[in-house]
Amino acid sequence: MASETSQATLHSSVSDVAAGGAAHASHGPTGLLRWLVTTNHKEIGSLYLIFSLVMLFIGGSMALVIRAELFQPGMQYVQPEFFNQMTTMHGLIMVFGAIMPAFVGLANWMIPMQIGAPDMALPRLNNFSFWLLPVAFGILLSTLFMEGGGPNFGWTFYAPLSTTFAPPSTSFFIMSIHLAGISSILGAINIIATILNLRTPGMRLMDMSLFVWTWLITAFLLIAVMPVLAGVVTMMLMDINFGTSFFDAAGGGDPVLFQHLFWFFGHPEVYIMILPAFGIVSLIVPTFARKRLFGYASMVYATASIALLSFVVWAHHMFTVGLPLTAELFFMYSTMLIAVPTGVKVFNWIATLFRGSITFEVPMLFALGFIVMFTIGGLSGVMLAIVPADFQYHDTYFVVAHFHYVLVPGALFAIMAAVYFWLPKWTGHYASETLGKWHFWLSVIGVNLTFFPMHFSGLAGMPRRIPDYALQFADFNMISSIGGFLFGFSQLIFVWVVIKAVRGGRKAPAKAWEGAEGLEWTVPSPAPLHTFDTPPAYDPQTDSPSRH
Amino acid sequence: MGRILYAYLYAASICLIVLSTTAQASSINTSSGFNMPPGVTEISREVYSLHMTILWICVAIAVVVFGVMFYSLIVYRKSKGAKPAHFHENTTVEIIWTAVPLVILVLMAVPATATLKKMYDTSDAELDVLVTGYQWRWRYEYLEEDVSFFSNLATPREQIYEAEEKGDFYLVEVDEPMVVPTGVKVRLLLTANDVIHSWWVPDLAVKKDAIPGFINETWFKVDEPGIYRGQCAELCGRDHAFMPIEVKAVSPDEYQLWLASRREAAEAEVAGADREWSLDELMERGAGTYNTYCAACHQPQGQGLPPMFPALAGVGMSVDPDGLRAHKEIVLYGKTGTAMPAFGSTLSAAELAAVITYERNAWGNDTGDLIQPSAIRAMLESQ
Repeated sequence: MASETSQATLHSSVSDVAAGGAAHASHGPTGLLRWLVTTNHKEIGSLYLIFSLVMLFIGGSMALVIRAELFQPGMQYVQPEFFNQMTTMHGLIMVFGAIMPAFVGLANWMIPMQIGAPDMALPRLNNFSFWLLPVAFGILLSTLFMEGGGPNFGWTFYAPLSTTFAPPSTSFFIMSIHLAGISSILGAINIIATILNLRTPGMRLMDMSLFVWTWLITAFLLIAVMPVLAGVVTMMLMDINFGTSFFDAAGGGDPVLFQHLFWFFGHPEVYIMILPAFGIVSLIVPTFARKRLFGYASMVYATASIALLSFVVWAHHMFTVGLPLTAELFFMYSTMLIAVPTGVKVFNWIATLFRGSITFEVPMLFALGFIVMFTIGGLSGVMLAIVPADFQYHDTYFVVAHFHYVLVPGALFAIMAAVYFWLPKWTGHYASETLGKWHFWLSVIGVNLTFFPMHFSGLAGMPRRIPDYALQFADFNMISSIGGFLFGFSQLIFVWVVIKAVRGGRKAPAKAWEGAEGLEWTVPSPAPLHTFDTPPAYDPQTDSPSRH
Repeated sequence: MGRILYAYLYAASICLIVLSTTAQASSINTSSGFNMPPGVTEISREVYSLHMTILWICVAIAVVVFGVMFYSLIVYRKSKGAKPAHFHENTTVEIIWTAVPLVILVLMAVPATATLKKMYDTSDAELDVLVTGYQWRWRYEYLEEDVSFFSNLATPREQIYEAEEKGDFYLVEVDEPMVVPTGVKVRLLLTANDVIHSWWVPDLAVKKDAIPGFINETWFKVDEPGIYRGQCAELCGRDHAFMPIEVKAVSPDEYQLWLASRREAAEAEVAGADREWSLDELMERGAGTYNTYCAACHQPQGQGLPPMFPALAGVGMSVDPDGLRAHKEIVLYGKTGTAMPAFGSTLSAAELAAVITYERNAWGNDTGDLIQPSAIRAMLESQ
C-alpha cells in the first residue's frame, strides 16, 4: 500500500511538471528552437527516430561503397586506406548512430504511453541525451575530412592499430564515443527511472508490456557496460597523447587487455541492440495472431537470463588470441548456454502463432521476417561458439554473415516492424499497405541476397575487412553486392511510406489493430502531445499481459 | 495439412540438394568453393567433420522450427476462418523446449572439447618456427636451423590495379613460401612486430593471432606434399588484404635441400657486403627492395601518404645532404611510435645500402650519395 501511495504522489508531482511544461510550451519557442528545447517525450522520440534514419542512410551509403569495391576482384573505386575508413565508420554509425538511437526513440515514444505515464521521469535530461548525439556524430563524421582520414581500424578499434598506428584524428573519434556513451547512459537512467517510478497505479512489474520489460533490462545493461567503453577509450587517449602504455607492449602494456575490456562492453552491447527487438516482436506477434503471447513470464525470465549470461561470454570474440585451454572451454560452454533462453523466445513466438488467427499486415510481415532470419543468425551463432570450428570461422565473412543476420533482419527489421506498428498511433494514419509490402519483400530479397552468400565466401576462406580478394570468392561477392544495392535502395520506399503517413492516409482509430493490447491503444490516434496527465485506471485482472 | 508438410519438406530438400551441388569454383585450397575445406591434416579433418555435424544439427533444428512456424502461418490464417485458441503457458512444453536444446548442446560440446584439447597440445614438436607478423608481410625464423626470411606478396601491383590479367593465385602467392617437411609436427611460435596480425591457413585449420609482446603457440602436421595457402585474418592496417601465407609441404629430403639452399643464399647475401658496389648495381637492387618493403607506405613514386607515411621524393632527409646519417638510422633502427620498423636486423647490409641509395637518388632526388654495403655493415657492427 505504502508503495502505491508513493507512486501516486510521484505521479501527481510529475503531472504538475508536465502541465507546467505544456503551459510553457504554448508560450515557448517555435520553429527550430522548439525542437532544440523540447522536453516532450514524443517530440524527443521523433528526434531520435529521425536522427537514426539519417544515420541509417549515411552508414548504408558507406556499406554501398564497400560493396561497390568488392563487386569484382581488384581495386577499382577506392584506395585500401579509404576502404578501411568505410568499414570502420559503417560499423560505428550503424551500431551507435542508427540501431541504438532508434530503440531509444521507440522507448521515448512508447514507454510512457505503455505504462500510463505523462512523460519520461527526467524530461530535461532526455533533451540533453538526444542533443549529445548530433554533436557526437558530427565530430565522428568530420574526421573523414581531417588529414590522414577518419578511424580506419574497424569498429572494434583493436589496439595498437588504433593507438600507436592510428591516424591523428583518433582523439576526435574518442571524443565522439564519449559523447555517444554519455548520451546512452543518461538515456538508460531516464528509462529506468521512468519505468520504476511512473507506472500507473496498479501496474506491477509483471504487468508491463514486454517492450517495457526488455528495455528495462537493456537499460541496466547500458549502465553496466558503457562506462567500460568509456574507460577503454580513455586509456587509448592516454596512450596516444600522454605517453602511457596501457596497450603498448613495448612499454610493458598489453594489447590483449584492450580486447578483454572492449568485449566486456561489446558483448552486452550486441544484446543491447537485440533485447528491445525481442520486446517489439513479442507485442506484434500476439496482435496479428489474435492470441495471447504463449509464455509472458518465461519471456521475461529468458530476457533476464540472456542479459546475465552476456557478462560471462565476452571472450568468445577472442578465441584465437591464445587464451588458455580452460578459458576457451569456459567461454565455449557459457556461450552455448545462451542458445537455451534464446530458443525459449523463438519457441514462444511460434507457440503463439500456433492455433492463432493470423493476418499479414506489414508490421507482422517484418516481425515474421525477424523470427526466421534472426533464428538463422542465432544458429550460426551456435556454430561460432564451437571453438575448434570457430578457429576456421573467426574473422571471416561467415562472422560478417552471422552478425548481419542478427542485426539487419534482426534488430533493423524489428525497428521497421515497430514503426509500421505504431505509425498509426504517431501520425493518425495507417502506412500504405501496398508500399509497405513492396518495402518488406524487396528488403527480404535484398538482405538474403547480400548476406546469405557471405556464409559461403567465409567458409571458403575469405577474411573480413579486406578491399580485395582471391579470385575464388568473386561469384559470391558479386551476388552480395547486387543484393546490397537492392536492399539499400529499397529503404527509400520506407522513407516515402513514412512521409506519406505523416501527410495523410487512411485514418486510424485509437485501437489501430484489431488484436492490439496495451494502454497506448486507449489514447486517440494521433496521440495528443500530452497523454496520461492523470494516470489511467488499470486492473491487472483484465489488462495485464500476464493475466490468467 | 499433410500436403503442406510434404510440400515444405520437398522444398527444403531441393534447397539442400542445390546447395550441395553448386558448381565448383576454382579454389586455392581443398574447399569446394562454398564450404570449409576438409584440409590436409588430421586436425583439420576433425574440425571439418565437427563443422559438418553442427551444421547439420542446425539445419535440422531450422527445418523443425520453421516447419512448425510455416505450418501455423499457412493453416491458422484468419482468411481461412481460423479462430484463435486461448491456451497459454504449459509447464511440460516449456521444460521440454528448455531441456532438449540443452541436451543437443552437450552433444555438440563433447566432441568439440576433445578436438580442442588436441589442438592445444603442442608437446613433442620436432620443428619450431617463429612466425612474426609485420605490416604487411610475414617473417619465418626456423629456430635451431639458422634460417630466416621475409615472405612477401608476389602478385604484381599491375594485377591489383587492373593493368594486367589476374593470375590463378591472385593475392594468395608469395615470393618465399614457408617450407615444412611432411610427417613432422611443426610448432609455430607467433608474435608481431607492430600491430596484431593473425596467421591463418584453412587447409591446416590453424588460425592464431600474432600479437606484439606475446608469443602464441600452435601446431600442425601435414602428411601430403603440396602448397597450402592462407591470409592474414586480423585487420592490420592499409594492406591487410595483401599479406598472404603460403605453406609448402615437401618430403624431408627435399626439406633438407631447401634448408641448405637457404643457408647458401644467406651466406652469399652476407658476402655481398665485402665488395664495392656501383651506383647502377645499388639502384637496381634498391628498386626491388624498395618496392617489396617500402612502397606500400611510402608509395612507388615516393610520394608517401601523409601524415601517416611521409613522402620521400623531393622532401626531408632523403634530399638533405646532411640527412644521410638520420636516413640510415631510421631505416636501420626504425622510429618508435610509428609504423616505421627497424630493418637493420632483418634485411641484409646489401639490401639496406641499396635501398638507402635508391631513396636518395630515385624520383629526381639525385643527391648522388652512394652508400656501400660495407658501411652499413660497419654501422650495424658498431652497435
